[in-house]
Amino acid sequence: MREVVVLGVGMTKFGRSEHSMKEMFSMAALEALEESGLESKDLQALFIGNVLGGFEEGQMNIAPFLADEIGMRHGAPATRYEGACASATVAIRHAALMVGSGVYDLVMAGGAERTTIMGTPLATKTFAMGSHSEYERFTGITFPGIFAMVAHQYCAKYGIALADLKMSMARTAVKNHHNGTLNPLAHFKKEITVETVLNGPMIADPLQLFDCCPFSDGAAAIVLADAAKFKNKVRTPVYVAGTGQGSAGSTYRQKDLTRMAAREAAVRQAYDQAGIGPSDVDVCELHDCFTIAEVVALEMLGFAEFGQGPAAVDRGDTSLTGRIPINPSGGLKAKGHPIGATGAAQAYEIVKQLRGECGERQVNGAKIGLVDTLGGDFSTVCSLVLRRD
Amino acid sequence: MRQYPLTFNEFKQGLQDGKLLGLRCLDCGTVVVPPGAVCTSCGSSKFERDSFARKGTIRTFTVIRVGPEGFQPPYVVAMVELRDGPYIVGNLVGIEPEKASLDLIGKSVSVGARIVPPESPEGGVEGMAFAFELE
Ligand SMILES: [Zn+2]
Repeated sequence: MREVVVLGVGMTKFGRSEHSMKEMFSMAALEALEESGLESKDLQALFIGNVLGGFEEGQMNIAPFLADEIGMRHGAPATRYEGACASATVAIRHAALMVGSGVYDLVMAGGAERTTIMGTPLATKTFAMGSHSEYERFTGITFPGIFAMVAHQYCAKYGIALADLKMSMARTAVKNHHNGTLNPLAHFKKEITVETVLNGPMIADPLQLFDCCPFSDGAAAIVLADAAKFKNKVRTPVYVAGTGQGSAGSTYRQKDLTRMAAREAAVRQAYDQAGIGPSDVDVCELHDCFTIAEVVALEMLGFAEFGQGPAAVDRGDTSLTGRIPINPSGGLKAKGHPIGATGAAQAYEIVKQLRGECGERQVNGAKIGLVDTLGGDFSTVCSLVLRRD
Repeated sequence: MRQYPLTFNEFKQGLQDGKLLGLRCLDCGTVVVPPGAVCTSCGSSKFERDSFARKGTIRTFTVIRVGPEGFQPPYVVAMVELRDGPYIVGNLVGIEPEKASLDLIGKSVSVGARIVPPESPEGGVEGMAFAFELE
């Protein structure tokens, strides 16, 4: 594989937006192109993450329209990737693989989503379409519900009291909200306390409102290129050192929801390809769609022993100045979760961290970063290892 | 053309007749419920059809307080390990959602199902949801 370099990244503010998906993506894409010192007509292909465009704006086949919107030449292929919340990371991975294998020299990947125009009932209905449509959907299961079942199963498996686990979960929300206050593009920029979390309305026992990320609108984009030809174009080259992706069946096929085979396979591939292990990672953006999701992810990504995720949180390992800073951007919890754009925004944050451009939320001296994005009932998970020299 | 070993519609009809239909792998003995195209353990597609025990044990659960459009919370969703090995997700019925606690994990249940009519006369399919009751 050829070495793949990041030439530029761009991102909109996350939250509720009056912009259409095409407008949001254009803003992110043109920012990424400007950083790259390139024009859209130079791009050879576009890889887009988008999940619910058909329900949101009644827009199918969005990739070619986005390519045209940003001025790519007609004839260059544009493709939508859909892997639920992991869509953009899957798109980036495939873009990197295509550049690495020599099919293209210069491409753009990213994602766009406009969830808030659906309203909460339609949004929860369409989100729930990520569950098995024959054998789970009609139970009324929701994504908060699936992760709520993770939390309960975690307590039973490790013999941990629910109140103790909920305290670690609440601390995770507090930490991510704090990080969000330091990110100008975050959906929420408000400090919260453990009491805020524990006094919130119940969404799916034991998950309360502040255990859950919001629905957001937003877009993010990344320009990837063959390093041999293009790395001199950027001051601080960041490389895609490894990628991985895994799949698994629906919830009932996975059985032990505290271990996610797709994630463990994806991150192992990415680590192996990069020639690193978890102890080499300086900063990580992981998929904290719910607080319990961050706690168990720490274990599966190798940042804590199995059963020790809550202890790692309680020790402060995951704070900005901790042993392994997690979600300096504020994560999905505070930065927001525009489903099909989320993975691209995680990659944006890691690229900015590795370049040292994150201001107050900068993780000092970060050289290797991990992106972990989980789709649906963890049946799609995708990982990226990024590094600088 | 290959035959699908046990279709969704056949499985659903079985539930309506009070039976939990499924597949037993002829190569390794694994039970596949609900049915699939191949054995979940060894990948074989050599199956015999059988009817399996409508009994299981709760492995995890939640109480849904904010549901998708068309559902009336609160209601309990649980994941159950069937006596013959497979896991299924369904609704725990006949219990006050407010009484659901971690004590439910490990409790024995019987397995039935609720048939869900199509969303509209013009489209959609008849669906099903497993329904569990504490023994
Ligand atoms: Zn078998």
